[in-house]
Amino acid sequence: MYEIDAKGIYYRKLNEMLREAVARGEKEILLKNVNGQYYIGDGIRQGDVKITIDGVPGNDLAAFMDGPTILVKDNAQDNIGNTMNAGKVVVEGHAGDVLGYGMRGGKLFVKGDVGYRIGIHMKGYKRQVPVIIAGGTAGDFFGEYMAGGILVLLGLGAENGKPIVGDYLGSGMHGGAIFVRGEVDETRCGKEVGIMEPDEEDMKLLKSYLKEYCEDLGLDLEEVMKRPFKKLIPVSLRPYGNLYCY
Amino acid sequence: MNHNYEKDISGCGLIGIINKKKQRLGGEFVKKSLCLMNDRGNGLGAGFAAYGLYPELSDHYALHVMYDDPTSQRDFEEFLKENYDVEKIEEIPTKPVPSITISPLLMRYFVKPHKKMLVGGMTEDDFVVRTVMQVNSEIAGAYVFSSGKNMGVFKGVSNPREIADFFRIEEYEGYIWTGHTRFPTNTPGWWGGAHPFTLLDWSIVHNGEISSYGINKRYLEMYGYKLTLLTDTEVVAYTLDLLIRKHGLDISTACKVLAAPFWKDVERMDEGEKDAMTALRMTYGSALLNGPFSLLFGHRKGLVGINDRIKLRPLVVATKGDVVFMSSEESSIREICPKPDRAWAPRAGEPVIVELED
Amino acid sequence: MFNSLAPPEYLATIDTDKCIRCKRCIQNCGWSTYSWGGDRVLIETTKCVKCLRCYHYCPVEAIDILDNATRFKSNANWSYMNIRNIKRQAETGGMPITGMGSDLPYPVLFDHLLLDACQVTNPSIDPLREPMELRTYLGKKPSKLEVEKTPDGKLKLKTEMPPQLKLELPFTFSPMSFGSISLNAQKVLAMAAKECGIVMNTGEGGLHEDLLPYKDHIMVQVASGRFGVNPDYLNAGVACEIKIGQGAKPGIGGHLPGEKIPLQVAKTRMIPVGTDALSPAPQHDIYSIEDLRQLIYAIKEATNYKPVSIKIATVHNVAPIVSGIVRAGADIVYLDGFRGGTGAAPNIIRDHLGIPIEHALAAVDDRLRQEGIRNEASIIAAGGIRSSADAAKAIALGADAVAMGTAALVTMGCTVCGKCYTGNCSWGITTQRPELTVRLDPEIFAERLINLIRAWSHELQEILGALGVNAIESLRGSRERLRGVGLDEQTLDILGVKPAGR
Repeated sequence: MYEIDAKGIYYRKLNEMLREAVARGEKEILLKNVNGQYYIGDGIRQGDVKITIDGVPGNDLAAFMDGPTILVKDNAQDNIGNTMNAGKVVVEGHAGDVLGYGMRGGKLFVKGDVGYRIGIHMKGYKRQVPVIIAGGTAGDFFGEYMAGGILVLLGLGAENGKPIVGDYLGSGMHGGAIFVRGEVDETRCGKEVGIMEPDEEDMKLLKSYLKEYCEDLGLDLEEVMKRPFKKLIPVSLRPYGNLYCY
Repeated sequence: MNHNYEKDISGCGLIGIINKKKQRLGGEFVKKSLCLMNDRGNGLGAGFAAYGLYPELSDHYALHVMYDDPTSQRDFEEFLKENYDVEKIEEIPTKPVPSITISPLLMRYFVKPHKKMLVGGMTEDDFVVRTVMQVNSEIAGAYVFSSGKNMGVFKGVSNPREIADFFRIEEYEGYIWTGHTRFPTNTPGWWGGAHPFTLLDWSIVHNGEISSYGINKRYLEMYGYKLTLLTDTEVVAYTLDLLIRKHGLDISTACKVLAAPFWKDVERMDEGEKDAMTALRMTYGSALLNGPFSLLFGHRKGLVGINDRIKLRPLVVATKGDVVFMSSEESSIREICPKPDRAWAPRAGEPVIVELED
Repeated sequence: MFNSLAPPEYLATIDTDKCIRCKRCIQNCGWSTYSWGGDRVLIETTKCVKCLRCYHYCPVEAIDILDNATRFKSNANWSYMNIRNIKRQAETGGMPITGMGSDLPYPVLFDHLLLDACQVTNPSIDPLREPMELRTYLGKKPSKLEVEKTPDGKLKLKTEMPPQLKLELPFTFSPMSFGSISLNAQKVLAMAAKECGIVMNTGEGGLHEDLLPYKDHIMVQVASGRFGVNPDYLNAGVACEIKIGQGAKPGIGGHLPGEKIPLQVAKTRMIPVGTDALSPAPQHDIYSIEDLRQLIYAIKEATNYKPVSIKIATVHNVAPIVSGIVRAGADIVYLDGFRGGTGAAPNIIRDHLGIPIEHALAAVDDRLRQEGIRNEASIIAAGGIRSSADAAKAIALGADAVAMGTAALVTMGCTVCGKCYTGNCSWGITTQRPELTVRLDPEIFAERLINLIRAWSHELQEILGALGVNAIESLRGSRERLRGVGLDEQTLDILGVKPAGR
């Protein structure tokens, strides 16, 4: 494994070093002592590269990324997977706000809590299906404007009786599906979504993603699958069709 | 110095540190933490506030003043002597740094209002507030940028590292620290426009633009505040002064004014609380801070972090023993506290209130 | 054929080739412009007011209402109306009267103000998906509040709050009395007010019992004629309004002719059928500000302290007048601007007295703030609110809510023809003739009015979203979010608004 010590290195230099290593053909790269450097993995296209990050990466991790796998051994900040096209990001700690904004493909797995506006405007395109799975709780506007892909919230380790997701769940949603482990308070949902029971097909698909998630993060799949899920889908592809007049 | 320019707009990074047991921390921590977020600013403003700064003169107001020229200094000092008992006058110690070629004259004064000036039930705090309003709007070229007791602000136009070095921040100790790096978009940067922004011992650092500035300003003007600097942050400082010091609301209630719960959430409250929350909104709707913000405010008893009610700006909090950290980014906390006991992002509009233990 | 030397304003025409002699135009015209000539429709074009009822009901589009090209020679100084009015005055010795707000081309400051929007430094907010609050409470607010904490940490209010009028949206309907408009028109307003969580205002004509189901959304009005006023009436609604003046006719009273006083109107106003209903200009128990205070508190005593609104026309000294009104105990001040509507007013008054709402609002809001009493009363702005943009600009200038009168009538079919005073409204709005009022189906037209309010609310939310705020309070009085275009320095100063580019 190729190692880069990121301590005290400005993001621009660090990303330059990372891109050089990838261009040289390094497949497994360890970034040690990362703390706060922005844009790690930004725009990298090689699908067979695995980058491991020791420390807390800065904002816009894996922005516009198109292939690699990034493993974060710690917490992460805001804007992970911004407009990401392909690849995978696994975060072993918690993560911040606006994750997977406009994400068109790839996977983002977070073990802990996530912040506000997760999966905002995530969209599938042709055969690409972006997937975000968050293991803990989430803030408001989960799946806001969601236009495609799959968004999963597990609520593991949430305080008993407390909702695992915030207000305005699926607000503006017009595509894709959200799966929430446990109950969903209808009054906290955006008016554009409907809540339903997942069918067998749904559960099969969900289980396949969760299997991968649990393997990546060392969790027990059986335990995760013990509680039932709710599925949220948009009630209309054009929720605002009647808003305008001519 | 022309204060009357366009409303200031700026993006930012912020950091706050408090030791609940009043153990004083050196300025190097806040400097190191803030420097990590250098990219949240653009080198046109940075600053620090510290509490527990002047223990030997803790019953005097410490006025930090910047001057454009010696005339303004003379005018201010004349004014000061007429109105205050002046215990100590000194230059604020500085050290040359490469990026700062021109700086205002920087002085500090340890003072108490003349007893005879306090007429008609006016408190010392009221008098100092009036002084700050008066000096900043009427004495050309003089600007009081810190006016609390046992606390002080150091700020100017440069990046966090050079401002810290310029003001020799590492030589100070405090039990509450806040720091700010600034990204002003429309002014060449003015020393007084940097954060923290203070009034008495309120000190504010703030990220985001307060879109309700216009009405917040007019609301405060009705209560005699003079908003001369046209910055959002000034609005926050005066609003807190009004709500907490003048109107007697406690901090958590004042936070319900700054980031009011949505009506639909108020509807879900039980009757008593619903009435109180509705009345708060009716009465103080013009003081609602609308638009994106996260802000930290220090005061003589503690540190508070809060963000707007739909969380358009980041705020991360971490604890380690008796110390609580608040920042725009977790990494800046981890820079000085690699293994916190706990780190989390507060919910929208939910204040994190940390009080000093007596 | 013409009984006047003033040529008609319009020429009603029927294409006889297209006309199928169905006579719908004859039935529909409230002014008897059309009659049957045995084989074709005869037209008495002097009677035409261009209300377009016939045009809409002609099944074959045979009707055209043209502006009369042979009126008088065009003259930039001597307008048609100048010459026409002189001729009419010469012929009759009377004062020309008219309906609706002034149609003279005075500058409309709303059209010289532009709202702000966010770009980059602060984000706009998407009102379709994110919360966007328009709720407004009208009434006196304390300047500070006392709260305490219960043992479980919840807030408990200690201050006693003055009574408030709750509006889900920052809109109200302007006062329009039963008599000046039909009961069906009032029902449309009441039904829409209830559905939208806002209020309608009875105007000075009393409260018909059919409106009682909507009483939680009704403000009752007391004017100088005291029509239909008794303790039940005062207590029927959620608030009371004392009408001092009207923007279209400041300092001028009302005169509802006996022909517009059939049984139901008479009953509601508690006067005999067919008598003229006269509202003198002043309230004869108010000759000075302390008298207003006396009446405000008389009403408060009678209603166990419901909010009291004072409606005035905006005149030159409006700022100190409102300061006095607020100090006299009003909870709400209703400012009716120069361009405000009317059922009937002398042209000379309507077109030449008062000041526009924009100037008045700015001056009043400033004055109350200077005196530190802006919280003591809410302000409703009225008089020429034509769109949600006007509403937003009025709110930014300092209004708590805006009132819509003409706009609401337009949803009922009104085309702003201005002939309300005739009592012949073909759309069934400003008439009491049963064959005409029956045309206004309250259910159908309430739906349209609700649509309008919803559309304006959406637009207002879009404006707030663009401004990057999600509560109407953050626009209210925020003149920083307005810029003037083509306004002189002094006007900008009065409005407290910077010119565009600054």
